[in-house]
Amino acid sequence: MSTFSTLIVGGLATGAIYAVVAIGFALLWQASQTINFAQGEFVMLPAFFALIAMGMGAPYWLAALVTIGMSVVILGAMFKQMLVDPMIKHGVLPMAIATMALAIFMKESVKDLYSAEAYPFPSLVPDRNLAILGANISLQHIGIIVTAIGAIIGLTLLLERTSIGRQMQATAQNPTVARLLGIPVERMILLTFVINAVLVSIASLLVTPIYLAKFSSGETLGLAAFIAAIIGGFNQLRGAIIGGFLLGVVDNLAAAYISTQYRSAVPLFILIAVILFRPHGIAGRKEERTV
Amino acid sequence: MIALLRSRPAACALAIGVACILLFLPLTLSRFGNYMLAMWAVMTIAAMGLNLTLGYAGQVSLAQGAFVGIGAYATAIMTVNGWPLYAPLLLTVALCFAIGWLLGYPALRVQHHYLAFVTLSFATLAYLVFRNEEWLTKGTYGIFGIPRPTLFGVSLKHHLNFYYFSLAWLVICAGLMLWLVNSPWGRAFTALRENPARAQSLGVDTRRYTLMAFAIGSTMGGVAGVLYAPLVEFIDPNPFGLPLSFSLLLMVIVGGSGYFLGPALGALIAVLLPEWLRDYTQGYYLIAYALLVMVLLIYSPSGILGWVERRTADARTRRASLARQAAVPTYDAGSAS
Amino acid sequence: MTKVLEIHGIKKHFGGIRAVDGVSFDVNKGEILGLIGPNGCGKSTLFNAVLGQLEPTAGRVMLDGHDITGMRPARLSRLGVSRTFQLLQVFPEMSVRENLILAGQEHRGTMVSRLFGPRDAGLGEAADRMIAFFKMSHLAGEKAGGLSYGQQKLLDAAMAFMAGPRLVLLDEPAGGVNLTMLGALKERLRAINSELGATFVVIEHNMEFVMSLCQRVVVMAEGRVLAIGTPAEIRANPAVIDAYLGH
Repeated sequence: MSTFSTLIVGGLATGAIYAVVAIGFALLWQASQTINFAQGEFVMLPAFFALIAMGMGAPYWLAALVTIGMSVVILGAMFKQMLVDPMIKHGVLPMAIATMALAIFMKESVKDLYSAEAYPFPSLVPDRNLAILGANISLQHIGIIVTAIGAIIGLTLLLERTSIGRQMQATAQNPTVARLLGIPVERMILLTFVINAVLVSIASLLVTPIYLAKFSSGETLGLAAFIAAIIGGFNQLRGAIIGGFLLGVVDNLAAAYISTQYRSAVPLFILIAVILFRPHGIAGRKEERTV
Repeated sequence: MIALLRSRPAACALAIGVACILLFLPLTLSRFGNYMLAMWAVMTIAAMGLNLTLGYAGQVSLAQGAFVGIGAYATAIMTVNGWPLYAPLLLTVALCFAIGWLLGYPALRVQHHYLAFVTLSFATLAYLVFRNEEWLTKGTYGIFGIPRPTLFGVSLKHHLNFYYFSLAWLVICAGLMLWLVNSPWGRAFTALRENPARAQSLGVDTRRYTLMAFAIGSTMGGVAGVLYAPLVEFIDPNPFGLPLSFSLLLMVIVGGSGYFLGPALGALIAVLLPEWLRDYTQGYYLIAYALLVMVLLIYSPSGILGWVERRTADARTRRASLARQAAVPTYDAGSAS
Repeated sequence: MTKVLEIHGIKKHFGGIRAVDGVSFDVNKGEILGLIGPNGCGKSTLFNAVLGQLEPTAGRVMLDGHDITGMRPARLSRLGVSRTFQLLQVFPEMSVRENLILAGQEHRGTMVSRLFGPRDAGLGEAADRMIAFFKMSHLAGEKAGGLSYGQQKLLDAAMAFMAGPRLVLLDEPAGGVNLTMLGALKERLRAINSELGATFVVIEHNMEFVMSLCQRVVVMAEGRVLAIGTPAEIRANPAVIDAYLGH
């Protein structure tokens, strides 16, 4: 029983990170029909910003701020202006291919220009275990869950309680009508990309202490974020959150109770089942299709 | 033939030029150069299959790499155990056709990005099978010493000979594909891509054509795999992961999705460009390659051939408007609307 | 007079909305039947429910006395029922000639015999005749997407006749077509009706077009049939005048 609860908490921690990355993924899809195949690399890169900052002597908190700032500029604004804007009118597929190329570009750049090694990364919360009700719970996992949920709550408040958030939602639902209502649609889309950049850098700071900073570490995470977003529902943030947590827990339990070899197959089967039987996701709305 | 020469001299000259390059250029290249050209021919076959599924019939697949893997593993396992090459070829055609057909079923329920993710999941599952079923595939140890066949007494051990063997297969596959896309089926595939509801109202059995597009496209991927295994002579699961499927998709889009020659151009860029860049950019060739692909897509999202078609269409419009200016204006009832 | 199509009490409800609420009428062999009614009266929904695009909530549809209720569009098409859509539906990347060949090819032989048969499915000549009939010979090789709106409407209608159908349902063939083209379209439809002996059902908003083309007219309002009769009878029917001119 105690192993089980340890597994659940570990799964929730992984799931919290998946959820944060999946929310960003879903936000980009809603705002600009971008399927970002480089989302995993977007999580890989900020850790290296932090490493560079700390290498120059910055304390952790400053390095974290620098990381978020750099991400907002490079993974938010530059990504949108240089790659998404020129491609957006040409449909989903060429854009998806371009982000695949971007993923190769980012991986290879880090490998060739920084290093191909894996680097340890400091954690926000000390890696200690707590005994709660007889179960062995990692303090780091608790820290991850708390931070991620904090970020998600912050985002939800922004989207639902502020006028900017409501304008963003209107833009995502129907840009044409939003424009008629006088909403600065372009700025709202840019803001979405900025938010995604903040989310991936938070995810990066949370996940890297566990998996180390390495150029290839985005591959599995990116795939997990897609799967989470689709399982939950592509077109709703609630879906991405549910999908993320569900996937993290299932992943951890599968690793423990099903063969480790086919551990990564379990989420795929869930994905196929969801797509075939509930194509709009567990929590998603149905997208209207033409006859 | 002569009529064709007279009606489209530029196209004929281009075709003859390309044929000469494909036949004689390899004689001047190194062993490695011939190896890479053979790889180009093999990847073109796989990309051509995906072009049928995606470019003509409009069904997204991120699983083409898995079919190359199935063909390659069938060939490696059987030829290492003494079977002649045609045995795995027949098996692969049957197997990939059947699996491709089954993979088409999700396409009847979901479209676009959802379909992309279903096929992506299939590709990942196939990779897991290649890696984990060691009794069959030898897992990550890989299969060594895949023999190259002997054809009419000529050994294909030499890279140059194997290149001509692959080229012959490319010509056969391209001929079949050309015949297919110009048949009533090709027309039905295009209708399926452009407007499935309307196609259905005209009697097109969209279900069956969708499944067929997947089955035939996947079979071509399998055939490419049958050639891939003896070409590289050693296989392990790594080349058949998601990156191969992505790369094949990239070939189709970059070359020009839905254009017959698109995959050949796309494979040229995805297979040969990185190797060529390697000579000029030391370690940074993959960075340069990725950058070039992004620039190309920003510049022409419909791929190289999409760009060419736009240019020629522009030129034709310009010529036509010049001709109109020269002619005396007359009232034409047909253009009144 | 033989009945080609019989519509018995067709209903189509979307949740609480009764888009079509019990419609019955027959279509006679060889006639041109008009179907009119104010916007949102359920004409197109009825079409879709009859032709298998939508599953009807209740009711039956008979073709030549055989039950075809809920049959898939592709099968219906092969039984000789063909249609056009309210919104333009041609294949823009294919040439005019290819569009027409496609419209007919699935009615010939089996999938396998078509694959190994002639490239034009034996329809090249028929397509050229249809192109000439619709006076589009100068456009045969053009991509359909490059044609003007009126020309695309003509092609759309021409495609409905390629399979030599017995019953054609035209959804707003005149919508958005200019006056010159409208005359040509009416003349073509009338000629095809007498030459091929095909039966037409035409949905239209253009009252003048319907009244001059059709032998009988069905008027729908709020999901039900309001009146059936000759154009003259319809013009004189007070309920119809009320439905149209009342608001």
